Amino acid sequence: MRFPGRRGALLLLLLAMAIVLPPYLGTYYTRFATQIAIYGMAALSVDLLLGYTGLITFGQAALFGVGAYAAGMLTVYGVTNAFVAWPLAILVSMLFALAIGSLSLRTRGFQFIMVTLAFAQMVYYFAQSLRNWGGDDGFTVPQRNHLGFVLLADHATFYYVVLGLLVLVVFIASRIVGSEFGMVIRGIRDNERRVAAVGFPPYRYKLVIFVIAGGIAGLAGALMANHAKFVSPATLSWQLSGELLAMVILGSANSLIGPILGAAFFLAFRDVLSDFTEHWMLFFGPLLVARVLLLKDGIWGMLLRATGAGDAPAAPEVDGPELTAPIADSKPGRSP
Amino acid sequence: MTLALLLEQLFNGVQFGLMLFLMAVGVTLVFGIMRVINLAHGALFMLGGYFLMAALAWTQSYALAVPLALIGGALVAVVIEIVVLRPLYRRGPLDQVLATFGLSLFFNEAVTVIWGRESIPLSIPPFLTGSVEIIPGAAYPIYRLVITGVAIVAGLLLYLLITRTRVGALIRAGSDNREIVAALGINISLLYTLVFALSAMLAALAGIMMGPLLSVEPGAGDPILILALVVVVIGGIGSVRGALVGALMVGIFDTLSRVLIPLVIQTNATSALVGMAVYVLMAVVLLFSRTGLFAAHRG
Repeated sequence: MRFPGRRGALLLLLLAMAIVLPPYLGTYYTRFATQIAIYGMAALSVDLLLGYTGLITFGQAALFGVGAYAAGMLTVYGVTNAFVAWPLAILVSMLFALAIGSLSLRTRGFQFIMVTLAFAQMVYYFAQSLRNWGGDDGFTVPQRNHLGFVLLADHATFYYVVLGLLVLVVFIASRIVGSEFGMVIRGIRDNERRVAAVGFPPYRYKLVIFVIAGGIAGLAGALMANHAKFVSPATLSWQLSGELLAMVILGSANSLIGPILGAAFFLAFRDVLSDFTEHWMLFFGPLLVARVLLLKDGIWGMLLRATGAGDAPAAPEVDGPELTAPIADSKPGRSP
Repeated sequence: MTLALLLEQLFNGVQFGLMLFLMAVGVTLVFGIMRVINLAHGALFMLGGYFLMAALAWTQSYALAVPLALIGGALVAVVIEIVVLRPLYRRGPLDQVLATFGLSLFFNEAVTVIWGRESIPLSIPPFLTGSVEIIPGAAYPIYRLVITGVAIVAGLLLYLLITRTRVGALIRAGSDNREIVAALGINISLLYTLVFALSAMLAALAGIMMGPLLSVEPGAGDPILILALVVVVIGGIGSVRGALVGALMVGIFDTLSRVLIPLVIQTNATSALVGMAVYVLMAVVLLFSRTGLFAAHRG
């Protein structure tokens, strides 16, 4: 991703706000900003699949939750060093992503949505059945991890660590999508058959990006376990998978910044409405419907256009010709 | 374990499978004809239970309340189809999934506002309580027999509707090639509304009948929706026959694994295995066939 002119200025402004504002506003908003950064990271992992590869996954919360469980359990077992616990959590999430991805990527289009949703539900039931870990109620994590001599118990310190990791993830993700590998996955999104014809096996590339995205979601989950000091099956629920998709779409898919803004919008919406009513979902559901029906762009796209900082990221054409064309490897005699 | 107990569980499995069929056939019909994945289908299941409860309180009669609840489900579906789905037919799956997900969030919260967050007990109709000995030594609840019968009748009616009527011919034609159907001068948007209302009535029917067995609460339809999606994946998306076979497979497999796995393995992992059994079944089917058992045209 290049950062020319106004677009770069806009990014710097957002980053400056993220650095300066939360401590100035106090503990409540520091924690709030931490949440935004964590969900933003998880939503970004969804966008790598949705916006860049054209894969609509409805199961990313499972990988987020696996990261949270791994980090939480490790901490309970006394592995409190973040340099050990977090990479392990990422690794476990990537392994789950490898297992889920290798099966669900055999399907495509509508089926892929349903299969990712189903496997995520399987992981959910698995977590629910862990009676030693509180079953449906989950378990509390005794303390936050530490970075050697840097303790993360302080909310502001933890926030800056999370923000730093988020910036790092955005940087790595932008390098990935800008690389040759990134060109292949974007090619898969636009026309999988041509990519295959040129000689790149789509399945392998899709699996690699699925596992990378799973690792990012796992890191976000590990941070969530540290942030809330509590882990429960709710972190793997299908509603969260849907909410992550919603954040991406609200913020603008196919841009690495959009999902973070979408997460900020989602959490702010919830926070503000919760002051008035516990039934904020009553408003969020129709809002999501309205976004899909009425708006072409998410927040980032609108920001870019309003400031004249460049074109909005093109909405991914995830339906493409793939769904209307007969499946190349389906049974013989089925093709019209 | 006695043979009688095993048979009883087998019956339970078939009955659960038929309920799943009522759900899955709606998902698969709506997909086959309208090319929409409806994540609000679970909400329609849940609304069936709530509508029955409300209609019962109002009319005090099952004979009136059940049809009222079914009509209620169909009306909600017609509104959804006209307001939300119609603009979405030309869009990709992402927009459809997000919009119907938003709808399911809305309905889950709406019933909380109206009827509260607590689950509402719905009792078995008094004239259907009790049990009969279908096989010597195993008393089987009458209610379960009756809902099994109703599900079979509903399935047969659906079969007749699809194979023997003009609307059914249009449904079959529409799922083969909707452009041609529209080009022949058929009012395709009316057909869509009808199909969506039909699928909603089937979901509401399942919700009504499962109400006394599960509980009527916000989000009650979500686990059933996900199982119905598993059924559709196993059976082959868009295939009604696949929905029936898949639903019976999932229903029987789920019920029997709940009984048999704890007999064989008695460790901490037992309940985990039981909860995951159905998904393992789906994984195995996917290993052998990417498009499910009865892959309907196009995917």
